[in-house]
Amino acid sequence: MAERNTFRLMLLILGVVFAFLYIPISVLVGLSFNEGGLPTAWTGFSFKWYGALLENDDILGAAANTVVVAICSTILSTFLGTFLAVGVEIRRRNGKWLETVIFAPMIIPDIVLAIALLSFFSLLGAKMGLHTIIVSHVVFNLAFVCAVVRARLKSFDWSIVEASADLGASTITTLYRVMVPVLTPAIVAGALLAFTLSVDEFIIAFFTAGAGRSSITLPMQIYAMIRFGVTPEINALASIVMTVSVICLALSQRLNKGGLSG
Amino acid sequence: MSTDRRALILMSPAILWLLALMVVPCVLILVLAFFQRGIYGGIEYTWTLENLALVFDPLYFKIFLKSAGIAGLSAGIACVLGYAAAYAIAAMPRRNQPLLLFFAVLPFWSNYLVRTYAWIVLLNREGLIVNLARWIGYQGELPSMLYTEQAVVIGLVYNYLPFVILSCYAPLSRLNPEITEVSRDLGASAWTTFRRVTLPMTVPGIATGFVFVFVLSIGNFVTPALLGGGQFQMIGNLVYAQFLTANDWPFGAALSMVLIAVMLGLLMAQATVAERAAGMKKDQGNG
Amino acid sequence: MSRLSPRSSVCAIVALAAFSAPAFAEPLTVSNWDGYMAADTIDAFNTASGNQAELVLHATNEEIMGKLIAAKGVGYDVVFVSSPFAEVLNNLGLAETLDHAKIPNIANLYSEATELPHDPGNSFSLPYAWGTTGLCYRSDLVDTPTSWGDLLAPEADVAGKTTMLATDRWLLAAGQLQLGYSVNETDPDKMAEVRDLLIEAKKSLLAYDDTTFYAKLVSGEAELVHAWDGWCNYGIGENADIKYMIPEEGSDLWVDTMVILKASENKDAAYDFVNFILDADNHRWAAENILYKVPNKAAMDGVDAGLIETFPNMGMAPADMLKFEQMRDVGAAQRDYSRLVSEIKAAN
Repeated sequence: MAERNTFRLMLLILGVVFAFLYIPISVLVGLSFNEGGLPTAWTGFSFKWYGALLENDDILGAAANTVVVAICSTILSTFLGTFLAVGVEIRRRNGKWLETVIFAPMIIPDIVLAIALLSFFSLLGAKMGLHTIIVSHVVFNLAFVCAVVRARLKSFDWSIVEASADLGASTITTLYRVMVPVLTPAIVAGALLAFTLSVDEFIIAFFTAGAGRSSITLPMQIYAMIRFGVTPEINALASIVMTVSVICLALSQRLNKGGLSG
Repeated sequence: MSTDRRALILMSPAILWLLALMVVPCVLILVLAFFQRGIYGGIEYTWTLENLALVFDPLYFKIFLKSAGIAGLSAGIACVLGYAAAYAIAAMPRRNQPLLLFFAVLPFWSNYLVRTYAWIVLLNREGLIVNLARWIGYQGELPSMLYTEQAVVIGLVYNYLPFVILSCYAPLSRLNPEITEVSRDLGASAWTTFRRVTLPMTVPGIATGFVFVFVLSIGNFVTPALLGGGQFQMIGNLVYAQFLTANDWPFGAALSMVLIAVMLGLLMAQATVAERAAGMKKDQGNG
Repeated sequence: MSRLSPRSSVCAIVALAAFSAPAFAEPLTVSNWDGYMAADTIDAFNTASGNQAELVLHATNEEIMGKLIAAKGVGYDVVFVSSPFAEVLNNLGLAETLDHAKIPNIANLYSEATELPHDPGNSFSLPYAWGTTGLCYRSDLVDTPTSWGDLLAPEADVAGKTTMLATDRWLLAAGQLQLGYSVNETDPDKMAEVRDLLIEAKKSLLAYDDTTFYAKLVSGEAELVHAWDGWCNYGIGENADIKYMIPEEGSDLWVDTMVILKASENKDAAYDFVNFILDADNHRWAAENILYKVPNKAAMDGVDAGLIETFPNMGMAPADMLKFEQMRDVGAAQRDYSRLVSEIKAAN
């Protein structure tokens, strides 16, 4: 009897928490299809706000910039992060400082990294733009890729590598023929994670962006739209951005079962 | 070539990247905190302790305490909710757990600004909640729920809750059910079992969740700006203002230093908690 | 293994290359507030002059100042900032000394607009828009306000439905004007009074809002807001019950200006641009689109009379505006202002 009540209580808790998590974002998605666009009244189902997005050059431009940033930083960080992970795992002893440096980008508050990079770039006299956003995003992305790949390497059978080396294969061949196939799911999962993080990242992009429209990313555009009076288009934009992140993450999780699940 | 050298070569590009674009900029911030600010902003290269002293000036210290309060409250609420949810997930049939966990964490990966904006839609005086209340038949005038401290706390809890669920679920799922059964067999009530056995063994998860939410909240500037109507300042807003509006970079750098110090302190505390819990687990395993 | 290291050095070289400045020509970069120019202005300028100008947006004066100071003015050609900030740019040596021969349309300006206290003779700045700061309110929901006190200590039924400007200078000006002080007052005791008054006012405030206050009036979230005249017009355009008034204690005369950066690499195009804006038709088009008064006589003379009827504050005569004091750069005291605003915002 008590057991059943406990179970019901657990279901209730889950219901409340999931309602809290999902109602706000569901409301946004629902509103994006509201013809009138306002939360006050449902005036009919419509794709009109999605259509409006396609005609908004500012949003399209920002979306294109976001894709450039996300793809470039994902490619760079996937290479750097994977090499780092393999290196760290084959090295027998890693000092504490090394672990700290690798772990730090994941926990350092965004605002601190953002102002540090802003100060750094402006003291260097570097012209800021998409390239500065890209190299900044690589900092935290490579740490996440590294974490995902390392998780996979923990259960990696190193004797294969030794066998390969014993058979006279060069390091490159060993890496390419033996490790890459085994690690591919984790690498792709890490890359997808990096892509999602980069698409959504706002604070660091905001501080390291250059002057022109040419370095405004989608989150920066969304922030400006929220601050300067909201048009219903933002609901449609929000829904699309959410869907993209969710798909990437779902793929990443599928490829990387039991790895870094957050 | 030795394995270690090979490892170093593999690691070097990433390590160099992190050194150049994380370590050096952060050290730069440390140095910047000891320079003087020019009359119109900018930096004058004379050494001073003024900026660090200013952090402990009553005004800024008060802002610091206030934002620590908001961050602490948010982290506390997120931990209670997150722990309850994680506990409930762990109580479900094993095969359903991964899916439940996945859906609990999913919102965390949608855009932060979008999730915050959703609360503007819900909370504003002409927003969805007020309109629902009117629709139900509530006549009176409701005060604005948006632009309040509560709105800021709700926004922070909402945004970071999934992480707490995740960090609490990990130790809960690893908990050996036999231990709780033994406790029940020995006559302890369900509540006593939870309080004396389950909770202490899962404290590291709670600590991780708390530290994470606290650190992210205290450094946050977006949520207070959007949901607080500019009336509540967190350290994050203060840092933001020094760099983007007041143009007082050295002071902003000094504030960031304190932020990093708080973060490191909390992480160390959390590591201690984790070590103690690990020790306890070993004792129980042996006993 | 050794074959791998050249690859990593390639990575490093690529990364380094990303840092060095791109070699191709940059377009003329103009920074303005969002919605503060007619939407087609940049395109019209590009078509008329054959230049490649692009518009970037800043949310506040401080934001663009931060970026300009950090980058020493590099990356921007023309910026729109309020007059005290134009003074700062000049004091920092970032503003170009204007060659009037390259701006023939300067002749279109009202004579008052060429002798403004912050820059008599327009040596480093050109006025783009000007006006007053006052109260914007829903005449169907609140009694007609008369004083800054109606905002700072509102009637019970308006409490919780007021917003104030968040920008340091204007936030403080509401208190300075209410107490009868100059909008450039820096005396610590007087400013402490201003601070206490504004902390008290915060209790009845919905939010600090620089950007969406008129939308809050339209939706009914707010009923009485601290506003720049032109921005109130956006509300009036959506709801004719919204009205603008200048409190009896007075207002400031704000002037938003165009400044050419000394570091600009496209100076000829920059001069072309400001001259293009000051053209009678273009400046009139700007006024009709943004609903702010422009200090351009030739332009204002052409503004549609119906528009001025709908938005009465557009018809205010320059001589009347000049009765109000202009905000000036207060130099080192700006830091005290920032601190006061921090104290106000941190109070509860």
